[in-house]
Amino acid sequence: MSATAAPEQKERQVRTVSSRRRALRPYLLVLPSLLLTIGILYPFGLGLFYTFFNYAAATPIPDFVGLQNYAAIFSSPEFWQSAWVTLRYAVSTTVVETLLGVGVALLLFRGSMAGRVLERVLIVPLMIAPVIATIMWSLMLQPTVGVINYLLSPLGLGGVEWTDSPRGAFLSAVLIDAWIFTPFVALLALAGMRSLPRDPFEAAAVDGAGYWFTFRKLMLPMLWPYILVAVIFRFMDSLKMFDVIYALTRGGPGDSMMVLQVRGYQEAILYTNFSVGLTYTIVIWAAVFIATRLLVGVFGRAQARAAGP
Amino acid sequence: MDDRKSRIQASNVVTNALTIAYFVFALFPVFWILLLSLKPDEQLFTTYFVFDPTLDNYKTVLGLSGGTSGIPFARFFVNSLVISFGAVAIALVVGVPAAYAAARWKFRGSESLLFTLLSFRFAPELTVIIPLYVIYQKLGLFDSYVGMIWVYQLIALPFVVWILRSYFQDLSPELEQSALLDGYTRIRAFFLVVAPLVRPGIAAVSLISFIFAWNNFVFPLILTASDAQTVTVGSLSFLGGNKPNYNFTAAAALIAAIPPLILAFSIQRYLVRGLSFGAVKG
Repeated sequence: MSATAAPEQKERQVRTVSSRRRALRPYLLVLPSLLLTIGILYPFGLGLFYTFFNYAAATPIPDFVGLQNYAAIFSSPEFWQSAWVTLRYAVSTTVVETLLGVGVALLLFRGSMAGRVLERVLIVPLMIAPVIATIMWSLMLQPTVGVINYLLSPLGLGGVEWTDSPRGAFLSAVLIDAWIFTPFVALLALAGMRSLPRDPFEAAAVDGAGYWFTFRKLMLPMLWPYILVAVIFRFMDSLKMFDVIYALTRGGPGDSMMVLQVRGYQEAILYTNFSVGLTYTIVIWAAVFIATRLLVGVFGRAQARAAGP
Repeated sequence: MDDRKSRIQASNVVTNALTIAYFVFALFPVFWILLLSLKPDEQLFTTYFVFDPTLDNYKTVLGLSGGTSGIPFARFFVNSLVISFGAVAIALVVGVPAAYAAARWKFRGSESLLFTLLSFRFAPELTVIIPLYVIYQKLGLFDSYVGMIWVYQLIALPFVVWILRSYFQDLSPELEQSALLDGYTRIRAFFLVVAPLVRPGIAAVSLISFIFAWNNFVFPLILTASDAQTVTVGSLSFLGGNKPNYNFTAAAALIAAIPPLILAFSIQRYLVRGLSFGAVKG
């Protein structure tokens, strides 16, 4: 098409820049982003670098200590306790949010009267800052002014000190996390359901297949890639969750909710042991990285399977 | 046939009931916080749902009346606005060309740049912030707008580049080709042909990054003290101290929640794509 466009020829010559400049063009366009990215990678690299030193406010001129920080962390019971809470938290929230989110998406997908009206406000919890959402829930769970115990009292369940026991704090945090992020899973699953082809479902309905059968054998396999995207996002985010747990109990009561992020914060900022705190964050970073790789691999296989043989 | 009809009716009732149950769970906290924020001090501990509503808590939190909460929340609100707006503006100026280049040209390093930006989305922020905390103190950027806008690129830039790239990819390159044949320069072709078509995408990505910048908590918690502190950290400080003011806290939390909610409703159609980083087109 272009070769035969004779009238444009003259203008094209004027416009033609040297091929060298043309090859450079994409690089010029990404250069600002690249500089900014390097600006962010620099402190990250520095952070990694510091984990091999004993840098702290008390030792402003740090010594190289090799892998001592890592060795110290891996042999401390605090680390394993933190790692265990982090994992329990991430798995619990991801499972609850995925099940509830897909359930809500199924309800909305059926297009009931209530669903059509309420779908518009589905995003409300998700768009409130997690720390603000946690403040709201803290107020509701608060033993004196809180409304939750008041509502529970007719059931004979009043007077619960929600965040004063390790078990209560854990359940409260999972509840709050689920309140915030269930809409995220629901939104993605609903978008997936609406993009599925209709023919197979009509065929199944003609054959008299039941709702659960159709869901399990027909919808779920096609929906897997969408659900997995949601699971990846939720699992990664809850491995490094800070806001909800910090705002709820600062990692307490005691050490019971000291997830790795909060402990890293405590070591680095409150105790000014920068190197130790950073070592915690590098360990989370590695865990998130490995988990992402694994889940993205699962995602690729699921997508291939959903696309059909 | 009758039996089938009543079964369908029954399942509709169940669907409606379950839907309403979920939304009661999702919306009740906001409703109750609104009530708490309107409650006068005298009735704070004596009633749950019936009281004489007042706007005093809002006035005190925002410093509009004589009373003061001791926390300059109105200033934190302005800080949140300035920092989030600045962060998005810079991310757009820097990120739009990069997104366009990544969508249109195959060149060395583009994949690594994109992957690095994506990894920012998943990396624990503390790994970057703790060294920045030390660096900022030395450079005098601690507790400053510039320092905050800079670190917020960690949130805003990946959003802009990834999501806009997927919008640019949706456009056929033939659009620019024909504009170039008509004698447009690349730059004019971009601004006159491509940009208008991705305008909804640019608007959506700006608002999403704004919401996430506004809602962030860790950055201002560690990198600010008072001058550049934002509403998220400010709201939490209402709960601190010996005698927390629950009704002030509720008012502050609602004020902090309103801007992102308003923005989110205006871009609802584009949210799925934004939240999933372009992975789900919605």
